[in-house]
This record gives sequence, C-alpha cells and structure tokens, in this order.
Amino acid sequence: MWNKIKHYWQLLWHPSIHFSLGFLTIGGFIAGIIFWGGFNTAMEFTNTETFCIGCHEMRDNVYNELQNTIHFSNRSGVRAKCSDCHVPHDWTDKIARKMQASKEVWGKLFGTINTREKFLNKRRELAEHEWARLKANDSLECRNCHNFDYMDFTAQSQRAAQQHSTALASGEKTCIDCHKGIAHELPDMSGVEGW
Amino acid sequence: MNKKRLLFPALLLIAIAVFAEESITTLRPNQAITEEAEPPSMANVVNTDIRQERNYPMQPPVIPHKIRNYQVDLNTNKCMSCHSRERTQASQAPMVSVTHFMDRDGNFRAEISPRRYFCLQCHVTQTDSPPMGKNQFKDMYEVIETNKN
Ligand code: HEC
Ligand code: HEC
Ligand code: HEC
Ligand code: HEC
Ligand code: HEC
Repeated sequence: MWNKIKHYWQLLWHPSIHFSLGFLTIGGFIAGIIFWGGFNTAMEFTNTETFCIGCHEMRDNVYNELQNTIHFSNRSGVRAKCSDCHVPHDWTDKIARKMQASKEVWGKLFGTINTREKFLNKRRELAEHEWARLKANDSLECRNCHNFDYMDFTAQSQRAAQQHSTALASGEKTCIDCHKGIAHELPDMSGVEGW
Repeated sequence: MNKKRLLFPALLLIAIAVFAEESITTLRPNQAITEEAEPPSMANVVNTDIRQERNYPMQPPVIPHKIRNYQVDLNTNKCMSCHSRERTQASQAPMVSVTHFMDRDGNFRAEISPRRYFCLQCHVTQTDSPPMGKNQFKDMYEVIETNKN
C-alpha cells in the first residue's frame, strides 16, 4: 500500500511518458475552464433569488416586505432582485462579500435569527452593516441601475430634484444617506444620522 | 279581521323593500344587481410639491407629495426625518407647527406629542380623481358676505 502511494507520488513529479506535452497543456487548460466555470456557476447560483429566499428567515422577513415596494413591482416592469442590491458586480468585491455572507449562513445554522422576533432584534445590526457597506462604496449597487449622469431633474418631483441637484450632485451625500428603508422595513432608527 | 290586521304590516314591508331597492340602485347607478360594475381606474396621488390653500386656519394642510412606503410605526417616523425641527434645513420641508409639541394640558414638550405621532390621522394626500359628490363647503369670508345682506 505505502509503496503504491510512493509510486504515484513519484509519477506525479516525473515528466510524462504516455501523454504529449500538447495534450497536457490543452487538457489542463480545458480542465481549468471547466473548474473555473463550475465555480462561477455555483457562485451564480448563490446569487439567484431562489437561493437567497431558500431559507425561511429571508423569505418570511425581508422578501415579504420587498414585495410591497417599488423595487418589486412598478410601471417600468424592472424588478430588483436581492443580489442586485446586495452583491457587488466586481469579482473581487463579490468574493469578499461572499466570505462575509458565510457569516450569515453561520448565523442561520446556529439559529441566531430563526424566528421573526430574533430577526427583528438583530435587524438594526444587520441594517447597519448594509448602510456602512453602501456608504463606503458610494452606493455602487444602486448606481448600477440608477445612474446619476442620466437623471433628468426636470422629470423628477421638485422635492427629489432639489435634493439630487444639491447634496447628491456635490458628492456630500450618497443614495443610502437619504434612501434608507426603500426595500425593507426599518429597525428602531433612534440615533441614526438624518432621523 | 285577521286579514285586515295583516294588511298594514304587509304594505309597510313592501314599501320598505321598494325603498331599499331604490337606495341600492342609486349606489350602483344603472347597474343590474346580477352584473358586476366596471370599476373606475385607480387614481394617482398628487405629487406636485405645491402647498395647498387651507379652507380654515385650523385645517391640517393636505400633503402635496407622495408618501408611498413612508414608514410610521413604533420603530421610526419617516415624516419626521424631514418635518422635524432639526431636519428642516436639510430637507427644506416646513416644520410641524408648534401645536404638534403640545400635550393635552397645553404644555409644550421637547418632542412632538404622542397625540400627533401618526400624521396620517389628520394629514392626507390627494388624488387626481374627479370628486364623487358636489362640495358645498363655504369659505368663512363667503359666509360673512352672505350674512351681511
Ligand atoms: C432595492 C435594493 C434592495 C433589494 C432589491 C433588496 N435589498 Fe435587502 N437591503 C437593502 C438596503 C438598502 C438595506 C439596509 C437596510 C435598509 O435601509 O432597509 C437592506 C438590508 C437587508 C438585510 C438586513 C436586515 C434589514 O432588514 O435591514 C437583509 C437580511 C436583506 N436586506 C436581505 C435581502 C433579501 C433576502 C432580498 C431579496 C428578497 C433583498 N434584501 C433585496 C436593499 C435591498
Ligand atoms: C435592478 C435595478 C435597481 C437597483 C439595483 C436599484 N433600483 Fe431603485 N428603482 C429601480 C426601478 C426599476 C425603480 C422604479 C422606476 C419607476 O418605474 O418609477 C426604482 C425606484 C427607486 C426609487 C423611487 C421610489 C419611489 O417611490 O418613487 C428610489 C428612491 C430608488 N429606486 C432608490 C434606490 C436605492 C437607494 C438603491 C440602492 C440601495 C436602488 N434604488 C437600487 C431599479 C433599481
Ligand atoms: C440628499 C438626499 C438624497 C440623496 C443623496 C439622494 N436622494 Fe433620491 N430622493 C431624495 C428625495 C427627498 C426624494 C423625493 C422623496 C421621495 O421620493 O421619497 C428622492 C427621490 C428619488 C427618486 C424618485 C424620483 C421622483 O421623481 O420622485 C429616485 C429614483 C431616487 N431618489 C434615486 C436616488 C439615487 C439612485 C440616489 C443616489 C445616486 C439618490 N436618489 C440620492 C433625496 C435624495
Ligand atoms: C423627503 C422629505 C419629506 C418627507 C419624508 C415627508 N415630507 Fe412632507 N413635505 C416635504 C416638503 C419639502 C414639503 C414642502 C412642499 C413640497 O415640496 O412638497 C412638504 C409638505 C408637507 C405638507 C404640507 C405643509 C403645508 O403647509 O402645506 C404636509 C401636511 C406634509 N408634508 C406632511 C407629511 C407627512 C404626513 C409625511 C409622512 C407620511 C411627510 N410629509 C413626509 C418633505 C417631506
Ligand atoms: C391630531 C391631528 C394632527 C396630527 C396627528 C398631525 N398634525 Fe400636522 N397639523 C394639524 C393641524 C390642525 C395643522 C394646522 C394648524 C396647526 O398648525 O396646528 C397642522 C399643521 C401641520 C404642518 C404645517 C405647519 C406649518 O406651520 O405650516 C405640517 C408640516 C404638519 N402639520 C406635519 C405633520 C406631521 C409630519 C405629523 C406627524 C408627525 C403631523 N403633522 C401630525 C394636525 C395634525
């Protein structure tokens, strides 16, 4: 047994006898693509809404609430999915976010938010993470759909145009500073800036 | 004798039935009872941002903007994120008037009174739908004018 292992180990580090260099390079290349693709496909799946609301914590709380908002149903028929707002499109940011999200999966496994009550108790903390993230990346996810450069202030309501042409245009504020709670219900907001 | 006694209540019942039927038909104009009425199209909330005239000084002003999904509950009051004293400069919204800080004994408090927490009890948005009935409201000046003569 030990000898066999030793044999294969040695084989691994010896130049190939049976396969051509070409085969190995191309084969390795293809295997790489398959692996990479598979990895990304798995990643894509974790981005789908079916995955996000696969656990009842998300379905019964945040998804339910999203359904009443403009991001679920509107005159334009554009529907924002969980990942549109919660997963960065840039690959490295994405992986970083996934690692962070694993903590939430951990939370699920150990039942920190497995009832509505526990979820509500934890909501302020979870929301603060999201606000901090969106604040740090200048509301990148919002801007993937809403591009400031193409906003027509004349088509907006006066209240909106007034704020967008001043605090937003100057870069003093970003979307999330003024638009908290657009997709879900808010936690106790005492002490939050602007409330 | 029995028959005569029954006659009056019977007539009364028929009369009530007829009147009742009529009052139902006025609520369902020209609509057979067996048919479903065509509902009018949904009206849009007026979002002009132009403050509306009040009909008398004590009237809670109507809301001139949309309030879809503005959360007002135990957790938070979205309206106050613009209409509170500290937020008016940033939001350029009119501050809730001082009566909102008054408790029932007439004392002014630092925060708005719990009696005024649920804004939509008194303030409402308007829609662009045609009025359902004729408005017979008369402005005070109008009343004074007519009483002069
Ligand atoms: C239009 C953008 C948007 C969409 C779509 C969206 N969210 Fe959110 N989500 C937010 C924002 C912004 C916050 C930060 C808290 C807030 O402002 O309500 C948040 C917060 C959360 C939180 C933290 C708890 C809380 O309520 O604050 C969870 C969990 C969450 N979202 C899950 C989801 C899931 C699951 C979906 C899909 C069903 C989803 N979100 C869809 C924008 C969005
Ligand atoms: C998937 C694309 C998408 C993303 C991502 C997205 N939105 Fe939207 N948003 C929309 C659409 C579509 C509408 C509705 C447009 C319409 O029909 O008026 C909308 C409407 C809005 C409105 C108007 C609400 C109203 O009642 O009129 C606000 C405010 C808004 N979004 C803010 C945000 C913020 C803040 C974020 C980031 C947390 C965000 N959106 C992310 C697509 C998106
Ligand atoms: C300084 C505060 C502020 C900032 C920053 C801000 N908004 Fe707004 N926005 C408002 C106000 C106030 C309204 C009007 C009230 C409402 O819709 O609730 C509004 C309305 C909107 C609307 C609806 C337009 C309409 O005509 O009613 C959209 C869409 C929107 N904002 C998207 C965004 C996006 C995307 C960003 C970031 C790029 C952003 N806003 C940043 C204050 C702000
Ligand atoms: C994003 C900021 C903002 C929010 C949130 C907001 N308002 Fe306003 N409100 C304004 C502004 C600005 C005006 C001035 C007129 C205009 O621009 O629409 C106004 C005007 C009003 C007026 C008319 C005042 C007058 O003297 O005629 C009332 C009433 C009102 N709001 C009530 C509410 C209520 C109730 C809510 C919550 C459901 C609310 N507002 C939420 C910004 C806001
Ligand atoms: C019990 C009824 C009631 C409730 C609840 C109430 N208001 Fe009022 N509001 C009034 C009346 C009446 C007036 C006009 C007379 C006055 O100023 O007291 C008024 C005036 C206002 C004005 C105009 C102030 C001005 O000086 O032009 C604003 C803005 C306003 N309310 C906002 C709000 C907001 C925001 C809330 C929720 C936090 C709210 N109101 C709750 C009755 C109410």
